Order: sequence, then structure tokens, then C-alpha cells
Amino acid sequence: MLFSADRLTKRYGETTVVDDVSFQIAPGECLGVIGPNGAGKTTTIRMCLGLSTPDRGRISYFTKPGSAASVLSMPQDALTIKAQLGVVSQMDTLDPDFSCAENLLVYGRYFGMKDAQIRARIPELLEFASLTHKARAKPGELSGGMKRRLSLARALVNDPRLLLLDEPTTGLDPQARHLMWERLQLLLQQGKSILLTTHFMDEAERLCSRLLVLDHGKKIAEGTPRDLIAQHLEPDVVEVYGVGAVALMDSPVKQLASRVELSGETVFFYTQDARAVLDALASQPQLRTLHRPANLEDLFLKLTGRQIREDG
Amino acid sequence: MTATNLDRAENASAAIRQNVWRPPELSLRFWPVFLRNLLVWRKLAIPSLVGNIAEPLMWLVAFGYGMGALVGQVTVGSAGQSVKVPYILFLASGSICMSAMQAASFEALYSAFSRMHVQKTWDGIMNAPVRLDDIVLAEMLWAAFKSLFTVTAILAVMLVLGISYSPKLLVAWPVLLGVGVTFSCIALIFNALAKGYDFFTYYFTLFLTPMMFLSGIFFPLEQLPAVVRTISSWLPLTNAVELVRPLFMDQWPEHPWRHLGVLAAFAVVSFWVALALTRKRFRG
Repeated sequence: MLFSADRLTKRYGETTVVDDVSFQIAPGECLGVIGPNGAGKTTTIRMCLGLSTPDRGRISYFTKPGSAASVLSMPQDALTIKAQLGVVSQMDTLDPDFSCAENLLVYGRYFGMKDAQIRARIPELLEFASLTHKARAKPGELSGGMKRRLSLARALVNDPRLLLLDEPTTGLDPQARHLMWERLQLLLQQGKSILLTTHFMDEAERLCSRLLVLDHGKKIAEGTPRDLIAQHLEPDVVEVYGVGAVALMDSPVKQLASRVELSGETVFFYTQDARAVLDALASQPQLRTLHRPANLEDLFLKLTGRQIREDG
Repeated sequence: MTATNLDRAENASAAIRQNVWRPPELSLRFWPVFLRNLLVWRKLAIPSLVGNIAEPLMWLVAFGYGMGALVGQVTVGSAGQSVKVPYILFLASGSICMSAMQAASFEALYSAFSRMHVQKTWDGIMNAPVRLDDIVLAEMLWAAFKSLFTVTAILAVMLVLGISYSPKLLVAWPVLLGVGVTFSCIALIFNALAKGYDFFTYYFTLFLTPMMFLSGIFFPLEQLPAVVRTISSWLPLTNAVELVRPLFMDQWPEHPWRHLGVLAAFAVVSFWVALALTRKRFRG
């Protein structure tokens, strides 16, 4: 075990934003935290960083995984723990007045590193972020993807064992997102651990060995992406849309699926046997159908509902 | 200890940790934060220097020589040992305190607020092993340093203009650093409370500007009614002027410990309040 959060609870006035949430992170593991806006993801990360003090619960960091003698806890040992963490927050906090290289240098100093030691690391960090050619550019001259990669490189300056990433790819285009994923996978291969929050189910599926689903501050599910899907969902989904799709909600076809949902103009059939549903729909050629395996997005919507959240 | 006792002890220490009024926890980790500000400033030092000293010098030259010609000499000091000095010397020794105050206040308000709120630089730093307390300390010392830099440049010009050649200016210099520290600490209280830049206009117009007129910078305090003079004697800027002006005249201040004490008290209390309010702002 590298990191554990035990029964975390955080209240703001009357609202409980994090409610009795526990999780653990093993060395080399990527734990994904998913949940709608306002589910408590960012507050959880802030508590893990000691920036917010939980009303109840314990956060422990194990300097020697597995040995009980080496436990540090937040927030008492915040500085010692943070010396071994790397953080990429939701909003970039890069220094706009510094070049990429200077950003890394100045940040390394906050960890008490010597200038020579940091300067020796800068080329490989820039290389890792694919920013070698931008070493002298300031953040204002970088694209969104480059800025996020610089933030990631900055979080790596102290060679951390655990990375805390709060929505690291929000707002990036597909190319930039894929490059980010590739880099994060590389870090996992190197044995680093990652705690990641995300809104993107493909990101969670691709990177995370284990997922934690939060809603209204509570943990509502936990497991590997495959297990969660198998546990909560039927294997197949048939999406139907087009003229007359909505009317299917009152037709006998509904009996062929174990669960049917209507979202907007599209009907979702969740079923063990997609063939039967597709055959029954064949008589209505004006309908358009999409047959696919159930995925994390289906799971997420099943667990947290389809309605839009206030701040969504 | 039993489990309940352990829990109770833990809850008690958690309560202390969450109390924003707990004593400052300061360490040398403030230094990289100070260095960060220095590195940014180095890139912009020359243009910012021109802006920082041009205005106070224009005031000094226009007022000092213009008004000075009308006013002639000003009497300084109490009945026992009053001295007549040229108005330009009177004004210069007061206005350098004002410059120290303004430079420190400006940096600890507008610039610190940009780093704290707009650029989120502080949030980035707190993800590294640096405490908020050390960041506030770094900002305070940084604003004082910048104020000292402005003061030094103005002192150099005053020497060139031959306003004062008092050897005691060497003592005035560290005293002016102390003035910068005091006003940085006070300004950081308002930084911690600010929702936006507009808030600082109130601080300048309702707090600093009236103080400038009540601290004996432009005219001797003897001109003021007794009640106002009593209030004035407790203002930080008055105490700064009372320390610095005699040094410009190659004399020692009459009550140095009293004035230093007032400035130090303002600095310590303000820093603590500023820190508590900043902790409250960042607590979540």
C-alpha cells in the first residue's frame, strides 16, 4: 500500500460534500475517481493534499509500502508527504512571466532542490512533455495541450512516487489528449502511482486499473472497469433513434430487453440478447439502430442518472 | 493511552491546526518564494524603477522648490530644541517615508493579489512542500524589499540634488526598510480580504491618503488641533517620519524607542491578522 484514505468526511455548513469515502492506492496503480460535477472529486483531492482538513477520517501515506512503521498522515506530515507527491490541478498555475525551463527551475526550488540538480533534470522533463523546442517560450505562447504537459512535467520535477491529477485532459483536443494518455501510461510503466479524476469514460477505461464512482459525496461503486460493467450492466446495448423511436417505449419490443431507457429522442435497450431486439426492430426500416457492447459511460449514467446537474 | 483518549487528543490537535489564529509557523521555505518574485522583477526592474521613483521625485521637486520658495524655512521640533530647516529638506525627509509606504502597499496589494488570486501562483506553490504561512512571509518581505529598492533610488537622487548630506542617512536606510515591513504587513490584511482590485482603491483613498496629511509630511504637526495631533501620534506614518526626519538633519530622534515600538507593534499585530485572514481565505 502506498496511500490510503479512510472514511473521509467533509462538510461545508449543512452540506456534506464528501461522505464517508475510503480508498487505497497500491504502488504502480492508477485509481480513477469519476462522478458528476459537484460529486466531491476536487474536495477529495484537496484533502489528500492537506489543503482542506477532513471533518472526519484519516489520510495516510506509506513511505515504505507495506511497512506499518513508515506511516505519515495528513495534515500533520503535509510537507514530508508533499515532497513525494506530484500535482496537476484543474486550473493551470504556471508562472506566466517565466519560460518553460524557468517554470521548472523555480518549481523545483520549492522542493528544496539545488539549482544544479534541477537544471540537470530540465532537458529530460521538457523532452518528456514534448516541449524541448519551446524551452524558452512562455506559457502564454503555448497551446492548451502544451500547457497541460508543462504542468505535468512540473509535477514530475521532484520525481514523485504518487501523482494527483485533477481532470488533466479537460479542454484538450483529441490529439493533445492522446499524447497526454501516452505520457501517463509511460509513467505507470515506470512504476509511478496515479490518482486521477476525470469526466471522460474513455480516459478512465484506458488508464485506470481501478475506479471509484462518487455521487453526492458518497462512494457508490468501486472496482476494475471490466468488473463494474459486468456487475452492473447487461452485456449489449442497442440504441434506436429516428422516426417512431420514442413510440417503442410502449411496444412489445420492450419486453425483449432487461432494461429500456429513453434519453431525448433515443431509446436504449440493455439486453443479454441483442439478436432478439434487432430482429424485432427489422420490421421498422425507418428506425436507425446502433448495436454495441455496454461501456463505462452506460455504467456511469446508470449509477448517477441522466439528469443534468445544476452546475453541469 | 486508550483509543478514546487517543481520539480526543487527535481531535484537540486537529482543532488547533484548524484555528486560523494559531501562531505563525515560519521557516526558511519562504526563500524560494521570495526568489521567485525576485526573478520576475529582474526582468522588469528598469521600467518599474522609472515608474516607482519618477512620481515621488516630481512631487518633491515641484513642491519642494516651488512651495519652498514661498514657505522659506520650517520650524521642526518641540519648544526646547526647535530648529529651522529649508522646506525642501522638511518635505524630502517626510516624503521618502511616504514613498516607502506607497511602494510597499502597492506591491503587497495589487501585485500580491495578482499572484494569489488571478494567476493562482500561491495555489501552485502550496502543492509543493511550502506552507501558506511561508508564502505570506515571502510576500511581506518581498514588498518590503521592493520598497527599500525604491527608497534607495530616491535617496540617491536626493544626494545628487544635495538635499541632505547627513551621515545619519546610513541609519535612515534600515529604518526605511522597517517602514516598508510595517506597511507590507498592514497591506496584506487588505489583500486577504479583497474580492477584486477595486477594493484597494478604498484602502488608498480612505486610509493612506488621509494618513499622508496627518503625519507631518507636508506641514508641521503643530498646525493641527490637539485632538488630531493625539490621533496622529499613533499613526505608523507619523512615527516613521519622526524617526527619519531628524536623521536627514544630522540629529538623533528624540524618542527613537517609542517610534520604533509603535512601528514594530503595527508590524507584528498586522502580520498576525493578515496571516489569520489569509488562512481563512484558503481554508476549505
